[in-house]
Amino acid sequence: MIEVNGISKSFLVSKRPPGLAHAVKSLFRREYTVVEALQNISFTIGSGEIVGYIGPNGAGKSTTIKTMSGILVPDSGTCSIMGYTPWKDRVSYVKNIGVVFGQRSQLWWDVPVLDSFELLRDIYRIPPLEYRSTLALLVETLDLQALLHTPVRQLSLGQRMRCEIAASLLHSPSLLFLDEPTIGLDAVSKIAVRQFIKTINEEKGVTVILTTHDMNDIEALASRLLLIGKGKLLYDGTVQGLRSRYGSKSGAAEASQLQQASASTSEQGHSTGSLSIEDIVVQMYKEYAL
Amino acid sequence: MTLYFKYMLLLFKAQMEYRASFLLLVLGQCLTPFTVFTGLYFMFERFGDMKGWSFYEVLLCFAVTHMAFSITECFARGFDMFSSLVVSGDFDRLLVRPRGTIIQVLGSKFEFSRVGRLLLGAGVLIWAIMNLDIAWSPLKITALVLMEASGVIIFASIFILCASFSFWTVQGLEIANILTDGGREMTQYPLSIYHRRIQQFFTFIIPFGCANYLPLQYILGREENPIYAFLPLAGLLFLVPCLLIWQIGVRRYRSTGS
Repeated sequence: MIEVNGISKSFLVSKRPPGLAHAVKSLFRREYTVVEALQNISFTIGSGEIVGYIGPNGAGKSTTIKTMSGILVPDSGTCSIMGYTPWKDRVSYVKNIGVVFGQRSQLWWDVPVLDSFELLRDIYRIPPLEYRSTLALLVETLDLQALLHTPVRQLSLGQRMRCEIAASLLHSPSLLFLDEPTIGLDAVSKIAVRQFIKTINEEKGVTVILTTHDMNDIEALASRLLLIGKGKLLYDGTVQGLRSRYGSKSGAAEASQLQQASASTSEQGHSTGSLSIEDIVVQMYKEYAL
Repeated sequence: MTLYFKYMLLLFKAQMEYRASFLLLVLGQCLTPFTVFTGLYFMFERFGDMKGWSFYEVLLCFAVTHMAFSITECFARGFDMFSSLVVSGDFDRLLVRPRGTIIQVLGSKFEFSRVGRLLLGAGVLIWAIMNLDIAWSPLKITALVLMEASGVIIFASIFILCASFSFWTVQGLEIANILTDGGREMTQYPLSIYHRRIQQFFTFIIPFGCANYLPLQYILGREENPIYAFLPLAGLLFLVPCLLIWQIGVRRYRSTGS
């Protein structure tokens, strides 16, 4: 379904030392540094998969998502999703995808949720019958009935996120990008969101690509993991594979040290003695000096 | 087009959530051009006429410009405020929706409070017409409608042009206001009062003159040639390069992600 082949992307970032003199100088001459956001990224994702896409801040996760959703054009490489090249035929491609940016709302702030949904119906040209049945299903599975007539600004973050996800599924996309969908949510909302992602994946066969910093999301949802750091793809495989490859590799002393360090801050069970996925990821970040 | 009205309806509902603030804004918008208008009134009171233009003739010019500007600000505000859309990253959201960027940006914001300025402009227009001795003909009425439409198109084109700059600079350029607010301030008076270079600029580069001053000559009976009635169509010529620059900007955005 998705074939990404050797995608690279670099940005020019203007740099400027602090201070007024430099600020004035930068008006006339700027110095740029080239940041390699993505370097030769390749992977394929099959229909119906849930793939977790992780990496530290600034690793290139969002750039990848933006490239795959057609917002950005890469410098080189090819990408074929459902037969489309995302950054060409943008309009016909984006009909087939849903995108949730966890930190940004796609709903209209001052009007009831239902009004936003209806405008999205018109934007995506969803036939009325299809709209009604999809909406009914989403309202039921996400428990939205009580929220539909509330202005978005009055919703809690958890409620809003449920509405955001519903909004991105109204046009029944076959591919869903979730960029940090559980950021800032409380435990109950997180579990509800995870549960729902699982449901639509199993029942509607929606392929899901999910970026997150919460490893519990990954463990609960994704059978497959892509790990990116400094623009390079470092790991592509199952969660178990990651565990067996990195969990035992480095010395037990370091592992237990890590465990102790994290035991005080995180509440994950270490009673079994095996490393939590969080620890493994931390260890990987260290190993690659990210 | 239907989508555009749906956007409008939704944002109107949103605006109505803040009724008191809306009403105050309408009033405020009414007052700004009113002060300009009183300034004009007292100036004519003192000096009688302006390079052969009577008070009511200038008023007609003033009203046409202010109406066109307020209509544009109301409906094309999305372009006027576009840099905030880029800064906040919400432009990404528009790109993942299966519609053109122009309609979506237009639909991203409406400034309904500009109806205050529009009403004042309309009032002044009617007052000026009632006090002017114009032999109305169908062609003259057409000219007046075209003037208004052309004014809106030119102002909207400038908004689009300025919005396109934010693809390069991220922050919108304050200098762009020279064209919008400046254009409005200049063209509320007949062009003939200005220096020849300025006249040429506002006729051949930004064709405000074609939308305002020149057809007005025809309506007031100073020019007989009916071609003057159709000069406002030149506004469309200005729109084309602006749309082109917009498209280039969108392409640049997608390859830099700034």
